[in-house]
Amino acid sequence: DIDNVGRKYHLKLVLEDILEKDNIVNCTAEILYHLGNKNAAPDVDFTIEGELKNTDEQDNIFYNRIKSLKKELVAQNIPDSHGNVPPEMEPIRLLARVAAGYVAWQNSTENTRYELAQIKDVRQVKRSDDYLEFDYMVLLHEFVSQEIIPWQMRVLWHPQHGVKVTQNSRQPKPAEY
Amino acid sequence: HQVLRIKASNEEQIEKLQLLETLEHLQLDFWLNPSTPAQPVDVRVPFNSLQAVKVFLESNNIEYSIMIEDLQVILDEEKQDMANSQQRERSSSTFSYGSYHSLASIYEELDNLAYEHSSIVSKLKIGESYEKQPLYVLKFSTGGTNRSAIWIDAGIHSREWVTQASAIWIAKKIASDYGSDASITSLLEKMDVFLLAVTNPDGYEFTHTTNRMWRKTRSKTQGSLCVGVDPNRNWDAGFGGPGASSNPCSDSYHGPSANSEVEVKSIVDFITNHGKILAFLTLHSYSQLLMYPYGYKCTEPADYEELDTLGNAAASSIYSLYGTTYKVGSICSTIYQASGGSIDWSYDYGIKYSFALELRDTGDYGFLLPASQIIPTAEETWLGLKTIMEHVRDNPY
Repeated sequence: DIDNVGRKYHLKLVLEDILEKDNIVNCTAEILYHLGNKNAAPDVDFTIEGELKNTDEQDNIFYNRIKSLKKELVAQNIPDSHGNVPPEMEPIRLLARVAAGYVAWQNSTENTRYELAQIKDVRQVKRSDDYLEFDYMVLLHEFVSQEIIPWQMRVLWHPQHGVKVTQNSRQPKPAEY
Repeated sequence: HQVLRIKASNEEQIEKLQLLETLEHLQLDFWLNPSTPAQPVDVRVPFNSLQAVKVFLESNNIEYSIMIEDLQVILDEEKQDMANSQQRERSSSTFSYGSYHSLASIYEELDNLAYEHSSIVSKLKIGESYEKQPLYVLKFSTGGTNRSAIWIDAGIHSREWVTQASAIWIAKKIASDYGSDASITSLLEKMDVFLLAVTNPDGYEFTHTTNRMWRKTRSKTQGSLCVGVDPNRNWDAGFGGPGASSNPCSDSYHGPSANSEVEVKSIVDFITNHGKILAFLTLHSYSQLLMYPYGYKCTEPADYEELDTLGNAAASSIYSLYGTTYKVGSICSTIYQASGGSIDWSYDYGIKYSFALELRDTGDYGFLLPASQIIPTAEETWLGLKTIMEHVRDNPY
């Protein structure tokens, strides 16, 4: 506890590559939850021991594939009810996970845990520059309340420039849900 | 590869085609050999020989057409068709444990199990859901009267599909392994096992027809447009306390009163009427946790040490199969404070061995766990449950 500031956590954690379970990286982090302003995202400082895997090749394959599509990409329900993800949608799912991680961070308190439950809808947004842009409608699962929260996110991505969530907003839940 | 249909118009052309047959380097596969001009000649031509053959036919004015443009495409389609029909056959005559099933399909399989393994499996109805679906429990028993028993339930939260799927696999496993597996055989010689595979059938049906993310029951709440009560906040254990909502629209709504949900009341009645349940095990997903009481308060249960040791032993068993790691602890310290939960009720009722498991995964797919993980999850979960059950068998009270 830090008087008049908030509460700080010192974490030692292990990052595990979900695509390659043997690939693990040690990490230390400091998280500061602010007193008072509950709308502020917690401060996060971290150090990674070693390096993260280089994904340039897969990034470029995905990037070129989307760039060469004749029509903008549109998809629903990823994964579907049975957990299926068509192979060509896997990078779309992973991109959503990254973007949802940002949204989770921005909305986290000491009493929340957010996970991406499902992509309900994703539409590629046409751009004249090099970036790929997607508009996602996702469902977030908040663990403590057990609520499923619809959330919209605008995501920008480029193999060399990384992921950016340019805009996001919590959506109202439809009446009978 | 292409298949050509050749029409020879006279004997001379037939002779020319017969010459073609002798050219082994072309690797031609005649499906209909040249015989008389009245009969077509069908030949499979490998890609490398196509040009040579066509040039030969055209320069000799022999009429032909392309019967099959690309043989591989047809072979691929056939393979797919065969796989499809095999799958259809499989699901009609044998239940596919590696897929997610409808309520009707699961209920049908419960009947199949009771029929196929009738010497040790019987099906009991312990009540009806809000929408009047039967609540079916499978009883595994080698006879005796008034034997003590172990209770296992799954699917109290309907969106946690891997739990119902694992439960039916576990049912099959118990039934099949009796007589061959020493552990389960000795257990069933002494005790009975009761398994409720679909605790919340209304919710389960709703996840198939309308909303895959539905958690609660489907009971109507007076004075609210919102439907359903969180059945794992509805038990008589710290009911209405922290960690449960009084808002009917919430996914953790505790309901108007303890046991207001018929699905919960049916289990409570069954257990209290039975009188000799020694263990209460409930399956949830996701997070990979193995928990003992309490949830409604953050104080340790009296049997903390034994439950913690046993819990860790069970987690080791789970880990031994595929390296899946489970965290062990009380509900309050592991997840959050949550009142009205089932294992808190069962423990305070006197059932010492009360555990709640959260199965795979830890968030990557969450509730939408791919069907390919059903069987591995069921297999490792079974090892964990077995460890607990063996301890119960050896430590009756």
